[in-house]
Amino acid sequence: MSEVPLPYRVTRVRPETADTVSVALAPAGEESLAPFMPGQFAMVYAFGVGEIPVSVSGIGDHELEHTVRSVGAVSAALCALRPGGRIGLRGPFGTGWELGRAAGRDLLVVAGGIGLAPLRPLVTAALAAPHAYGRLNLLVGARTPDDLPYAGQVHAWSASHGPPYCQVTVDRPAPAWRGRVGVVTTLLNGAAFAPGNTTAFVCGPEVMIRVTARELVHRGLAPHRIRVSLERNMRCATGHCGHCQLGGVLLCRDGPVIGWDRAESLLSAREL
Amino acid sequence: MTAAPATAVLDRDGLDALVGVLRAQGRTVVGPTVRDGAVVLAEIASADALPFGWGTEVEAGRYRLVPRTDGAAFAHTTGPQSWKAFLHPERERLWSADRRADGRLSVAAERPQRPSYAFLGVRPCDLRAIAVQDRVLATGRHRDRGYQERRTGAFLIAAECTEPGATCFCVSMGGGPAAEAGYDLALTELVDETGHRFFVRVGSDAGREVLSGVPGRPAGPGTESAARAAVDAARERMGRAMPPVDLRTLMGDSLEADRWDDVAARCLTCGNCTMVCPTCFCTTTEEVTDLTGDHAERWQRWDSCFDLDFSYLHGGPVRASARSRYRQWLTHKLSTWYDQFGSSGCVGCGRCVTWCPVGIDITEEAAALHDELAARLRRQDEREEREP
Repeated sequence: MSEVPLPYRVTRVRPETADTVSVALAPAGEESLAPFMPGQFAMVYAFGVGEIPVSVSGIGDHELEHTVRSVGAVSAALCALRPGGRIGLRGPFGTGWELGRAAGRDLLVVAGGIGLAPLRPLVTAALAAPHAYGRLNLLVGARTPDDLPYAGQVHAWSASHGPPYCQVTVDRPAPAWRGRVGVVTTLLNGAAFAPGNTTAFVCGPEVMIRVTARELVHRGLAPHRIRVSLERNMRCATGHCGHCQLGGVLLCRDGPVIGWDRAESLLSAREL
Repeated sequence: MTAAPATAVLDRDGLDALVGVLRAQGRTVVGPTVRDGAVVLAEIASADALPFGWGTEVEAGRYRLVPRTDGAAFAHTTGPQSWKAFLHPERERLWSADRRADGRLSVAAERPQRPSYAFLGVRPCDLRAIAVQDRVLATGRHRDRGYQERRTGAFLIAAECTEPGATCFCVSMGGGPAAEAGYDLALTELVDETGHRFFVRVGSDAGREVLSGVPGRPAGPGTESAARAAVDAARERMGRAMPPVDLRTLMGDSLEADRWDDVAARCLTCGNCTMVCPTCFCTTTEEVTDLTGDHAERWQRWDSCFDLDFSYLHGGPVRASARSRYRQWLTHKLSTWYDQFGSSGCVGCGRCVTWCPVGIDITEEAAALHDELAARLRRQDEREEREP
């Protein structure tokens, strides 16, 4: 349903970082939204406050999860939700990661901070079909160790011998940090993938996406094999409000996941 | 039984009868009328409300009503409003939500009675603008249901242009002063020695049916050719023109042009151009609650890409400079609109030129961008010749 939010009930709340919360949601009534694909988003409605676009960070049989960072009125209201609370959802909207088109290829998942949220269901889906894909690499960067979402799961992945072959780096270490320090692209040398047979999935701050995608092209990935998830202001998610324009792209309709072949020029012009 | 003829001639009483027939069908008839020193669009009860005897003088940043001696009703150019004011209204409630004592939510879609409109005096540029908004709002994966309902029920009576204004440039946008498609009836006003009359062409079955209830007389070949001649003459009298280049490519190649700084130094980022533009469709939403806090409503209202909040993402606006916001408007209108909706977003009506408080002229800006690009390419060629 795209017109009116469908009521959903908060089933669980899990703090991720100081300003970020994951909220698990189940339909409040009989009706539920159509199934979401990894990379798609919902318009999440906080009653009396407003509505924002949020990618799904978890897809269950009867549950959806959204990970929200408190940066404005609506996201603050969502972060303050408690189990049993009610919100509205519209969706699913937008393009997904299209994992199916990477069958047989190495997967390189690169996340910056909360950019891991929309990638998480992709990793879950790839892990559920281990024979469908080549090596699954997960590279995660965060500002500080405390800004790493899903820290328990990510650290468990890094400690295991994969898949996913997970590496973590931070920009600014804390005293107890024993891991890598530096931007996320510094992890590429430690990742095993065949550039000619790899599909990359990248989400994070725009500067991180730009730097990562350019580095991957430099290493031999075809631009259209680099899928990036972008973000703009969004009011309707149905292609009618005009806010999510990025050049000729309407991100709610043609995105949020687009190929780097299309995104490169759009992210290279200032203030586009 | 013979089919009603596809053309007719109405006099002023006939035009009034046409309004009467449409109102008798239960339609809200909207047409141009004089108010507050401008020709505005409003509901009219009879043809007498039309701006008989008024013309307009327009220039960049200037609009004046001028009396005419010939008593013509459609000799004015486009005013500050367009039909989007009715089809895609400035404010519209999208849904209402209620929170019960136990915290449960219920959300109700808006299902109001839609008026059945008849628009009298739609300029050919505005017919094309309605077709542009149809592509944006009523085609594609998701439809704007409110727009679609209002649009489907609307009866369109075009008024072809015989007096183009100084800011008109529809011909250079691939249009022209003749109504070609998308109308139920098309009028061409004639004031000559034969008298004041309206040549009518039928554009749809609904148009034929309405016309059959209006007392008129058959159009002779003289009237029809006089009407053609008047519209053809208007085609040659456009006040402005876009540079005769591929505007879509020009805009795409001009993202880093210096001209954006020049126009940004004049632009007030007031958003007037987007409000008067007949194709600009952007909206934002507002959440409204009552005093109990348990009833909330979601409202949609027109928004402008010139507003700083338009591109706001956590941390600040994406398009902070006036340069980037003017560039967004012009490149969207003339170029990226094709990528998004398969056509140009400009129909050449000239409103943005007329109603810009500082007289920024979209045709002049496009020409300046073309000159800058041409000069840049020339320099590039010269460099390549020197260093092969």
